[in-house]
Amino acid sequence: MIVPKVISLLALLVYPITAFPEFSYRGNAGLELKYFTADPIVADQTGNTISASIEPEFYWSFNDADSLVFTPFLRADSADDSRSHGDIRELLWLHVGEGWELRSGIGKVFWGVTESIHLVDIVNQTDLVENLDQEDKLGQPMFWLSVPKDWGTLDLFALPYFRERTFPGIEGRFRTIPVVDKSLTTYESVDEESHLDWAVRWSHYVGSLDFGISAFDGTSRDPQFIPKMSDGGQIVLAPHYPQIRQYSVDIQSVLDAWLLKLEYIHRDFDSADSYNAAVGGFEYTFGSIFDRRADLGVIMEYLYDSRDENGGPFQDDLFAGIRIAFNDTQSTELLTGIIGDLHNGARLFTLEAARRLGDRWTMKLEARAFSSIPDDDPLSSQREDDYVQFSLEYFF
Amino acid sequence: MYKLTLLSLLIALPFGLVQAQTPAEKGLAIATEIDDRDQGWQDQTSNMQMILTNRQGQSSTRKIRLSSLEVPGDGDKSISIFDEPADVKGTAFLSHTHAVKPDDQWLYLPALKRVKRISSSNKSGPFMGSEFAYEDIASQEVAKYTYKYLGEEEIDGRKMFINELYPQYKKSGYTRQVAWVDQERYVLLKVEFYDRKNTLLKTLNFVDYNQYLDKYWRPDEMHMVNHQTGKSSKLIWSDYTFQNGLSDSDFERSILQRLR
Repeated sequence: MIVPKVISLLALLVYPITAFPEFSYRGNAGLELKYFTADPIVADQTGNTISASIEPEFYWSFNDADSLVFTPFLRADSADDSRSHGDIRELLWLHVGEGWELRSGIGKVFWGVTESIHLVDIVNQTDLVENLDQEDKLGQPMFWLSVPKDWGTLDLFALPYFRERTFPGIEGRFRTIPVVDKSLTTYESVDEESHLDWAVRWSHYVGSLDFGISAFDGTSRDPQFIPKMSDGGQIVLAPHYPQIRQYSVDIQSVLDAWLLKLEYIHRDFDSADSYNAAVGGFEYTFGSIFDRRADLGVIMEYLYDSRDENGGPFQDDLFAGIRIAFNDTQSTELLTGIIGDLHNGARLFTLEAARRLGDRWTMKLEARAFSSIPDDDPLSSQREDDYVQFSLEYFF
Repeated sequence: MYKLTLLSLLIALPFGLVQAQTPAEKGLAIATEIDDRDQGWQDQTSNMQMILTNRQGQSSTRKIRLSSLEVPGDGDKSISIFDEPADVKGTAFLSHTHAVKPDDQWLYLPALKRVKRISSSNKSGPFMGSEFAYEDIASQEVAKYTYKYLGEEEIDGRKMFINELYPQYKKSGYTRQVAWVDQERYVLLKVEFYDRKNTLLKTLNFVDYNQYLDKYWRPDEMHMVNHQTGKSSKLIWSDYTFQNGLSDSDFERSILQRLR
């Protein structure tokens, strides 16, 4: 008898909104092949992999003020069990009021302006098994109140549940050595993943200048790693999530063909030294090249972090890249770049290219190469993980 | 007697002025009249289908929903939401255009949930891979050009002004445009675009005008042919609506992340 009760309860909830919500969907399914140019450092790690993913987005609009979006995500990976995973990217109810918007559920938010790293972006946890570039994010449980005013937009977030970062498993490439063992995760807060985090952001633009000022109080999305003995007697890295307060600024300005960008964060810990980090630079676009159709952008960003090498890979690094948009019918695009450590000489090359095939398919090429990585560099356990990836995505 | 004089003066005035005008003044007067007759629509929405055809005759389609807001004394504001091709579905483009200073433009990328300020400096670049450049589809403000009246011509029984336009904004892909303006309705029927080397690059034809709210003329189709590449692009407009009560707040940057 419980089931009919639930149904009638649901009907009661849905009824006052409307009997006939407007429904739409979109999404994509993809297949990727990854070829590694070298043998792994550890014998447990695998070689070439094949992987498939799907991410549909379902959308219901009940009236002018209320809508619901549901975006599940699923991946299967031939090599790494940890990369075969699913997530709810979004399950978010939007209510638009007079001069305010409230989003409740699981959502995704992006803050920031730079290309090489995303320092300021903090609301969502990184889905690291998806891609090294940290641009894939896990769905974050949230209440998000947004108030657009003449003087900018004020966003307030209450984040009632923490998502742990995903890490490659023992068979996976791009992993740390020793491997990260999520079963040994610890938190600074006694509330662990149920700690209530807060964030606030003011964003606005004046003329050609866009800026955002943000503050965050809660569980750090970036774990510290503590070497421990696993149940199986192996040395592993246990993630530890400290409590932090982070204050940040992001600024972007357009001056003719120049985009000038800056992100800055200051992070305080309850139980460690605070630090500052920044990334800033420019993108300059040469228009109308290659038969007058394509754009060529030159990107340069400097990365700074006040911590030593143990704090992260980018203390004193320079990113230089080129972006080409061919502006053809197939929207062919290419982005290639290199991040170099000005201090120890470590270098990471990246290449991303995409081209549409027909109306519904896109093929992508992605490659990364690690070069001159010293043994004490945070990227050293990935030094043999150079790869080329070809993928095909279907959009519906 | 006095009344008669005033009346005849009023009638004679426009003609008198036209005769005394230089070609530059007359060209400007035509552009101003086109602009004046199109004032007061407040806001408008429409659906646009764009068909791109290459030299071999293969074609592909884009679908875009558009809304725009009339801003008296400055360029219009507009939002474009892309529905096709499927890989850009949900992408939205917000533009606050200005007569002479650079437009403010933002792009919303739904996969990343990212609102990105973009540079509007490359006006001559192709829009969505088509033969339309960004400057061809941007809000046409009188102050963006200087003008030269070239003469009259009759096409399909309609009397036309021929007006030459010289872009005054930076980085235009054109030295000049030659526009054929319908004398009765004050709408464009044809535009020829001359590239930086002053050779004919493209011809745009406006097809099947309809009048809305008894005042505003809008074409059903716009056909652009690139003479140098043999490619062409066709814009097909439908579902025009006007005066929907849209306001500045519907064209703010913050609206981008909740558009569907």
